[in-house]
Amino acid sequence: MVVQELNSEILPQDPQAIEIGLLFEGIYLRYGYDFRDYGKAHAKRRIMHRMVISGINSISELQHRVLYDESFFHLMLQDLSINTTEMFRDPEFFLSIREQVIPVLKTYPFIKIWHAGCSTGEEVYSMAIILKEEGLLNRTQIYATDFNPSVLQKAREAIYPVSQMKDYTRNYIKSGGKSSFSEYYNARYDSVIMKKILKENIVFADHNLVTDSVFGEMNLVMCRNTLIYFNKSLQDKVVGLFRDSLVTGGFLCLGSKESITFSPHNIYFEPVVSKHKIFRLKY
Amino acid sequence: MLTGANIPYDAIVIGASAGGLDALGVFLPMLEAGLPVPILIVQHISATSDSFIITYFDRMCKLKVKEAEEKEILEPGCVYFAPPDYHLLVEADKSISLSNEEKVNYSRPSIDVLFETASWAYGNRLIGIILTGANWDGAAGCELIKKGGGLIIVQDPKTASISRMPESVIERFKPDYVLPLQEIGPLINKIFNSTPTQ
Ligand SMILES: C[S@@+](CC[C@H](N)C(=O)[O-])C[C@H]1O[C@@H](n2cnc3c(N)ncnc32)[C@H](O)[C@@H]1O
Repeated sequence: MVVQELNSEILPQDPQAIEIGLLFEGIYLRYGYDFRDYGKAHAKRRIMHRMVISGINSISELQHRVLYDESFFHLMLQDLSINTTEMFRDPEFFLSIREQVIPVLKTYPFIKIWHAGCSTGEEVYSMAIILKEEGLLNRTQIYATDFNPSVLQKAREAIYPVSQMKDYTRNYIKSGGKSSFSEYYNARYDSVIMKKILKENIVFADHNLVTDSVFGEMNLVMCRNTLIYFNKSLQDKVVGLFRDSLVTGGFLCLGSKESITFSPHNIYFEPVVSKHKIFRLKY
Repeated sequence: MLTGANIPYDAIVIGASAGGLDALGVFLPMLEAGLPVPILIVQHISATSDSFIITYFDRMCKLKVKEAEEKEILEPGCVYFAPPDYHLLVEADKSISLSNEEKVNYSRPSIDVLFETASWAYGNRLIGIILTGANWDGAAGCELIKKGGGLIIVQDPKTASISRMPESVIERFKPDYVLPLQEIGPLINKIFNSTPTQ
């Protein structure tokens, strides 16, 4: 008789890890949002956080809540989608865009750009400002996507606290801004609203990087500080999605701690500015 | 040097804030080469600081010192610093995740985030160390490590340049060791049976 060997894949797991796996399985089946390949440590912290603020004692209890109460699921969606962002975040990155990427884009008659994981829009408007200053905005179509409808709504509204403008102005100057940052918004009480001219060529759309498909024929894909929340295999899959969405010679821009160096897709890209994670799909 | 199954712990996490760079400058060079476990450090630091401290510590230490990178697998004998403006997390498979979610205890990187996730990953096979600092980040994380059966070492507040952080741990529970800075390095060497290499 052959004794079946114990498969290492089914070695006993930490009960909480099992519960979180079941929770994400349930969320996927019930709502179609797939968190199964998100980074586990991060996901567990967010779940624990939700349990504390909602006074829930176990992950199983949380699972029950989430499956039967759609509004509770939307709370969890906010917990799991980290929306921190700013204008001209990492100004040197945007300076590199201006100096290394814009000159290439200038050679195209028409430009398509995809911001994936755009959150509340700050990154998109930063890019629109650069395109405007470089005389490219009117021949660019920008697609800005996120899987969280609430942040997309804020991105569309383009209203930001005036208290942040000091930092953003500093970032704008460091990123090589050619004008005065205050030209791009109108201030009212304690808020500012970005000027209409920046928005005209932007389409905001709901898109889930895990479950939705490619956006074709992009000249530039920008996806910053989103892949870090995914596990390695999901990162690889999503980089594949970007590869399929880019034209040859198209640019891929990632966050400062993200890279494709260890991805199986690496061989299809060449670095443009390694330090700022700007790559180009090889010809 | 202990190896394999004889190693009593699998990782060391360290938290430090104000005064921490000086304290680490004393502590880290005392550690012997060939430490059989990784060390992960959150030093509170400004969001825009450069990588100078990494180069500086790498030159001073017998262990390899580097900035923690997204998804890298932790190696024994290596010291990993959280990058400025990112939380440092440990995954169950002993790899690193970074995150720029909101600040915790007004801090990013936060000591509690590292200690909490390291405690999930390593359970009772973890040592947590708190050095000098002016706030209470790390205290909750230490308690979690302690509850999970890990070992907690705290710099003696009397010898810390700022005593608040070590005190905030001692106020919550009794750490396994409360030691002057100079004695923490030798204790770690003793725990792992590291003898000076010639
Ligand atoms: C930290 S923000 C990054 C914002 C901006 N790109 C930046 O770097 O400042 C990450 C965004 O990714 C979005 N996100 C997370 N998972 C996603 C998914 N599966 N599909 C689409 N967007 C996702 C979140 O909703 C969040 O708005």
